[in-house]
Amino acid sequence: MQPTDINNPAYFHKVVDCQKGCPAHTDVPGYIRLIAQGRFTDAYLLNRSTNVFPGILGRVCDRPCEPACRRGRIDEKPVAICRLKRVAADLSGDVADRLPKAPDQKNGKRVAMVGAGCASLAVANDLMPLGYEVVIYEAQDTPGGLMRMNIPSFRLPGEVLDEEIAMIVDMGVDLRLGTKVESMQSLLDEGYDAVFIGSGAPKGKNLDIPGRYDDPDRIHIGIDWLESIAFDHTDSIGENVLIIGVGNTAMDCCRSSLRLGAKSVKVMARKPRSFFKASEWELEDAEEENVEIIVNHSPKNFVIEGGKLVGMTFELMEYDLDDDGRIRDQRVTGETVIPCDDVVLAIGQDNAFPWIERDIGIEFDKWDVPVVDPVTYESDRKGVFFGGDAAFGPKNIIWAVEHGHQAAISIHKHCHGEDVADRLADGMHLSSVKMGIHEWAYSNYFDAAERRLVPHLSLKERFKRLDLEVELGFDAEVAATEVERCLNCDIQTVFTASLCIECDACIDVCPVKCLTMTANGDEADLRTRLTAPAENPEQDLYVSESLPQTARVMVKDEDVCVHCGLCAERCPTAAWDMQKFTLAVPYAIDEKTPPDPAQIAKKWGT
Amino acid sequence: MSFITKPAAVHPRSPKNELGLTIRDYEGGMSTLCAGCGHDSVTGAIVQSVFELSIPPHRMAKLSGIGCSSKTPAYFVRQSHGFNTVHGRMPSVATGANAANSDLWYIGVSGDGDTLSIGLGQFCHAIRRNLNMLYIIENNGVYGLTKGQFSASADLGSKAKKGAENQQPPIDPCRTAISMGAGFVARSFSGDKQQLVPLIKAGLSHKGFAVIDVISPCVTFNDHEGSTKSYEYTRQHFHPALHADYVRPSEEIRTQYNEGEAMPVTLHDGSKIVLRKVAGEYDPTDRASVYSHLERSQQAGEIVTGLLYYNDGLKEMHDVTNVVDQPLSTIDHSVLCPGNDALQALQNVWR
Ligand SMILES: Cc1cc2nc3c(=O)[nH]c(=O)nc-3n(C[C@H](O)[C@H](O)[C@H](O)COP(=O)(O)OP(=O)(O)OC[C@H]3O[C@@H](n4cnc5c(N)ncnc54)[C@H](O)[C@@H]3O)c2cc1C
Ligand SMILES: Cc1ncc(C[n+]2csc(CCOP(=O)(O)OP(=O)(O)O)c2C)c(N)n1
Ligand code: SF4
Ligand code: SF4
Ligand code: SF4
Ligand SMILES: [Mg+2]
Repeated sequence: MQPTDINNPAYFHKVVDCQKGCPAHTDVPGYIRLIAQGRFTDAYLLNRSTNVFPGILGRVCDRPCEPACRRGRIDEKPVAICRLKRVAADLSGDVADRLPKAPDQKNGKRVAMVGAGCASLAVANDLMPLGYEVVIYEAQDTPGGLMRMNIPSFRLPGEVLDEEIAMIVDMGVDLRLGTKVESMQSLLDEGYDAVFIGSGAPKGKNLDIPGRYDDPDRIHIGIDWLESIAFDHTDSIGENVLIIGVGNTAMDCCRSSLRLGAKSVKVMARKPRSFFKASEWELEDAEEENVEIIVNHSPKNFVIEGGKLVGMTFELMEYDLDDDGRIRDQRVTGETVIPCDDVVLAIGQDNAFPWIERDIGIEFDKWDVPVVDPVTYESDRKGVFFGGDAAFGPKNIIWAVEHGHQAAISIHKHCHGEDVADRLADGMHLSSVKMGIHEWAYSNYFDAAERRLVPHLSLKERFKRLDLEVELGFDAEVAATEVERCLNCDIQTVFTASLCIECDACIDVCPVKCLTMTANGDEADLRTRLTAPAENPEQDLYVSESLPQTARVMVKDEDVCVHCGLCAERCPTAAWDMQKFTLAVPYAIDEKTPPDPAQIAKKWGT
Repeated sequence: MSFITKPAAVHPRSPKNELGLTIRDYEGGMSTLCAGCGHDSVTGAIVQSVFELSIPPHRMAKLSGIGCSSKTPAYFVRQSHGFNTVHGRMPSVATGANAANSDLWYIGVSGDGDTLSIGLGQFCHAIRRNLNMLYIIENNGVYGLTKGQFSASADLGSKAKKGAENQQPPIDPCRTAISMGAGFVARSFSGDKQQLVPLIKAGLSHKGFAVIDVISPCVTFNDHEGSTKSYEYTRQHFHPALHADYVRPSEEIRTQYNEGEAMPVTLHDGSKIVLRKVAGEYDPTDRASVYSHLERSQQAGEIVTGLLYYNDGLKEMHDVTNVVDQPLSTIDHSVLCPGNDALQALQNVWR
């Protein structure tokens, strides 16, 4: 293999699994160290600098960082990254003075946004400090989008939303509530310099099977039903409820049902558990509340008696799975009727843009979804950008935020007559954390503690009101244990081949057998010849230049390195060093002066 | 020396041996030796060998004298028996332990000073006794622990760190062992685990005294230019004579050997050592020719390595003294020492 180019930011970025897993590249180990130092406000602001909504995301983020977390490969349970984000938000001091501000002197550019969901808000967050005049049109009477309308308040309290939305709107955003955009053409006619469409994916999927329209008041579309609960239009449901579908919407629907008076709630899944779309933790939370999840039941028809919904017929499914767990064959083995009073359909969402005229240069594909560039977020019509669920269909908040950052860069470039595709590259900075002999500027002690569990409101208490938050968050003490589980994957092992005397010390001491000195070869071959076979192809091999004495190479399998620093500690020549890696991701604000990675590394001092 | 506690984390796909243990279960305390010391690599090789042999940790006894090298038993197989004796006296204590309990795996770790200077007499007599143990010399040409004076293995002309040249001829532990009648004599290098690990496994499995002279550089006092025991010098002058593959009784010989190139030797426990020629004609069973080969190559400045001499036809200490098979330590005291009446009766036989 060729020697690894560690000056390419992509290499070490990938080693920081959580940061790589986060669509917005949140500096997770950085903020975790700030929490460890009791610097909660800094931890909050470091989060906010990338993910914009730490308090919201610390509760309801889809947390792709956690399945990515290296700790999960060591002892199965990842660091409770999301919960720690909430700690930063809960324990943060007043941040008002340290938030970005809009300058008094505007730049003369006007940008319109459709929808006040997280996507538009993230764009506004990035553009306001640059002096833009931002107008957000929102159909509802409150901002927040699905975060407000669909994510139940027992998971995400309204005050948390209010606070973090205010941080953006208070920069001077012209937020026009209760103002639905009915025509894209007329919006364009107002002469904005750019338009961002963050209108979400508002259409809940229907299930058109016999009986669907015979008792419509008892058969609900999940996201519409959740919205009507959020806006107090719905406050009760029958005793026996069936939820169709087993994604995250279904989880919110079943738990909301329990709070509206349902006695028995069943979530009906067509396939086995390994096919569920809902996150493991959402399933756990629902099952803790005694929701029954029934697999291998495919809806056939609604059972109506005397014009009233009394149940649903399901086909009983049987599946043959192949070795990879994919369905090879399926068959119907029978039928069953399950009685119920209400049915909630939670089988997905679609985009819908009835208000965008199809002849104004915005291209739609064959599924009637707008054609959007995945890098610039620009549509086929220059100056019109999409982001969040409106861009590529339903995703989640953190993706919407990242779309927002990228769209903000594009909007800024567009408004200044620059090529939106010509974007700043990621930057990086490395600095040694060696403080002296046997002294390192990070806590490299490996804490074998198990993942801490978040305390929940008791089952007796939590159903009393719809908006009682179930998760109580970590207190500072529990957080202090959880932070030590983080392996500091941004403290990188950096190798200098010319210094190595091939003494084997690093190889012998490495607790997880990451290191090998061997003859070079191609990757597939090298992977089989290492101290511990490198069986995780997702994780890179770090290959050195030829070693001075034997011309072998030093190979590190990044997979399960615990970043303990022992290799550097035991190296007599400092051929291995531990260096803090800082990724510098460009934002719209950096268009004025490109970011200095060294400065960013210093700023947070983690 | 390091103060970081070695993480308890284990590679999630760590192989397990026949006892269900991972290699990490064979580790010891964190080394207090200088970073980069060859001795730590030898420790690594011992850990790997004992793990691969599936030796139950509590069935092993590790003994040593005094020196940096002699400290190393603290760094491997935490759960085994250990005795850190006085300088150069490890063979006596090993003899006593082995006499009392023949049923343990004995591994002695010593230095060139501990073995060839103060302990030379003990070393020679342990060989004559053919004590059933593996004796590893971590040979760095200096007294590391006392700050780098030349030891009895320092080569003529080798330079000390401050430039002084060694004027006294070296004692070669391998030739000494061969002349004393050892049945398993090997040399290796701390920086070559591929060679060292099979030798340690074979040495542990050999019945009788097995000695491995491991060139193990002292990074602090003997790794400079002009030293003949540095990493770089050793790598430049390293001449493998034979390669020894070790094959456990439960394993099959998997490597393909060309006709006439390999020579399998079966050990008492059914395991095999497959000796593979690396360069030229070399017969590790011909004592006289081995001895003169070593003599010649030393003159030529070559460090000949591998399993240098092998003879499995020798009686070990317990065979010579005709002791019962059962370890004495497990025999009831009343049987071992039947009392005065029995003694009188015995003496009466010769009256
Ligand atoms: C039940 C449910 C639970 C979820 N739970 C989570 C979760 O726990 N974690 C997570 O990360 N994600 C979750 N999601 C997904 C997440 O809510 C969305 O991905 C995210 O809100 C998308 O943000 P957005 O800004 O693109 O759009 P939205 O949040 O949908 O906001 C769009 C806004 O645009 C407004 N709008 C639409 N059309 C117009 C118009 N013509 N004129 C004016 N205004 C308009 C809407 O009123 C709305 O306020 C969940 C989704 C659902 C349905
Ligand atoms: C009876 C006695 N004499 C002298 C010493 C001092 N001493 C301690 S270690 C050592 C030499 C050790 O050299 P070696 O066996 O080569 O070990 P190394 O440290 O090089 O590994 C000496 C002379 C001692 N401890 N005891
Ligand atoms: S930091 Fe070094 S010693 Fe520690 S796990 Fe990673 S490679 Fe191994
Ligand atoms: S410890 Fe340092 S000098 Fe020794 S092999 Fe490792 S990198 Fe090379
Ligand atoms: S002094 Fe030499 S022999 Fe002793 S620990 Fe240090 S490097 Fe090893
Ligand atoms: Mg020595």
